[in-house]
Amino acid sequence: MSTASFTSRRKRQLAIAAVLVVLVGLLPFGIKDVYTLNILILMLMYAALSQSWNILGGYCGQLSLGHALFFGLGAYTSTLLYTKAGIPPWFGMIAGGLIAAAIALIVGKACFRLAGHYYVIATIVIAETGLLLFHNWEWAGAATGIELPFGSDSWLYFRFARDKLPYFYFVLVFAAITWLVTWKIENSKWGYWWRAVKDNPEAAESLGVQVFNSKMAAAALSAFFTAVGGAFYAQFVAYIDPESVMTFQFSLLMALPAVLGGIGTLWGPALGAAILIPLTELTRAYMGGSGRGIDLIVYGCLIMLIALARPDGLVGLFTRRKRSAA
Amino acid sequence: MTAAIIIQSLASGLLMGLLYGLIAVGLALIFGLMDVTNFAHGEFLMFAMYITFFCFSFFALDPLLSAPITAAVLFAFGAMVYMLIVRFAMRAKTNVGMVQIFATFGLAIVMRGLAQLFFTPDYRSIPTTWLGGKTISFAGIYLPAPQLAGGAVSILAFALLWVLIKRTDFGKALEATREDAGAVALVGIDRNKVFALGWGLGSALVGLAGAIMASFFYIYPDVGASFALIAYVTVALGGFGSVFGAFAGGIVVGLVEATTAMVLPPSLKSVGIYAVYLLVVFFRPRGLFGSI
Repeated sequence: MSTASFTSRRKRQLAIAAVLVVLVGLLPFGIKDVYTLNILILMLMYAALSQSWNILGGYCGQLSLGHALFFGLGAYTSTLLYTKAGIPPWFGMIAGGLIAAAIALIVGKACFRLAGHYYVIATIVIAETGLLLFHNWEWAGAATGIELPFGSDSWLYFRFARDKLPYFYFVLVFAAITWLVTWKIENSKWGYWWRAVKDNPEAAESLGVQVFNSKMAAAALSAFFTAVGGAFYAQFVAYIDPESVMTFQFSLLMALPAVLGGIGTLWGPALGAAILIPLTELTRAYMGGSGRGIDLIVYGCLIMLIALARPDGLVGLFTRRKRSAA
Repeated sequence: MTAAIIIQSLASGLLMGLLYGLIAVGLALIFGLMDVTNFAHGEFLMFAMYITFFCFSFFALDPLLSAPITAAVLFAFGAMVYMLIVRFAMRAKTNVGMVQIFATFGLAIVMRGLAQLFFTPDYRSIPTTWLGGKTISFAGIYLPAPQLAGGAVSILAFALLWVLIKRTDFGKALEATREDAGAVALVGIDRNKVFALGWGLGSALVGLAGAIMASFFYIYPDVGASFALIAYVTVALGGFGSVFGAFAGGIVVGLVEATTAMVLPPSLKSVGIYAVYLLVVFFRPRGLFGSI
């Protein structure tokens, strides 16, 4: 591919993203229904979370199934700072992100030399340890969790009793930022290093790629954004407990859109979330009544089918069509 | 804390560990054979527990009697899952790891949904079994009879598996397929058949564990999740690919859990297991007995 067509492809991607953000941003003018708006918010949140996971799991190839830890740390940091000290969640969001990034570096220092499954299990185990510690930490609400007190609507404290739009626009910007960061990185030194580390760490090392540092950078960035997502989630649902923000299930749910959409691709996480989240919510709403489990059956079959039928992710559907058209 | 209490806890931990070992061996066998992690392993366990429960409630079969039936059903089920799902997941040319994880994770969710749909989310238990409520005392230690029988079954099952792997043609075919699945095809071994039998065998082992556990654990659709996590950690602790490592890892995990429960609040008992895992892989990145 020539440099010119590469640059124009990157510009086109940016343009498509900008148009998408504007179009999605216009949706609330037509959709007033709170339920639909909720689904859109969750969809954008998972697009952002999965894009964050994709940085470490997709581009750098370190399959973390413990990202619930970073999500939970973000949720707890901002919520505790607010409920214990009255500090606005905007600050807590960044603080939570930095704490999560620091923890990710510590975890990375210990675990990045582990190969394959040993690494995956280690990430699960560390996240589960976090879950158990928060379960038993009285000051942080232990198993009962923490409720965010209701005040008057406020941008400073990012709390809105009925209005969903502030959350919608925040999470839209958040998803756009994670996309933009990934877009920027794809064409940077780190982006190339990460893909080299993913494909063949030994070869990369011998060509002068700092494999360990590459993984650490990816881990810190990925954890930071995941924690920001956690802080947002806490503000949005106004109640957190260890079960709702830190379970293993959550780690899988964050990886899922990227895997189904296309792991290690720019559009995979967003595409995966755009399909998966509405489907999940709709099956839950229409078939999940009285705990009968039909929603789980549909959801599980869907995951199996996509994983088996499109191992490269759904993004492959688009690129292949483009190639055959060209 | 007296010595008697410590010995008592360790003995209970050992019995639990033997069961963890049995659950993990099934997972390790499948993994060692074809490098596939079954993320529905816990749901296989749940399924086995329900079979045992229904054998009891419909046919009044004691768990000890229905255990072979449960193992046989799970054998067929495991082979079927391989033929219908895993076989296709292994064909993926890219992302093989993630495709396998999510194909089996999808299966796990479907199985949980089916259990909720057909068996309801209610907690079930088998109220009266032959061994239920009985304890055996030995040198001042009291051990519940069902767990003791479970430990014995676990050791027996592992011994049989060991003989099967090391001494029979089937074992040799397993080992050969594991070494080089392409080459065995040249000597006339059907790779898919061996893999399907491997899945059947691994599932039968977890079936046996489920049959034992049904007599002293509550049975509900989500019961598998916590045991599955312990099983993954156990397999990794022992070293992926090592069936013996998984069994030994199970015993270690049982003892560590019992020890942690004596020192920390019971709700934190798993923290000890996790800490030991991290410590072990820190010094031995391929687990205690890992070869690959």
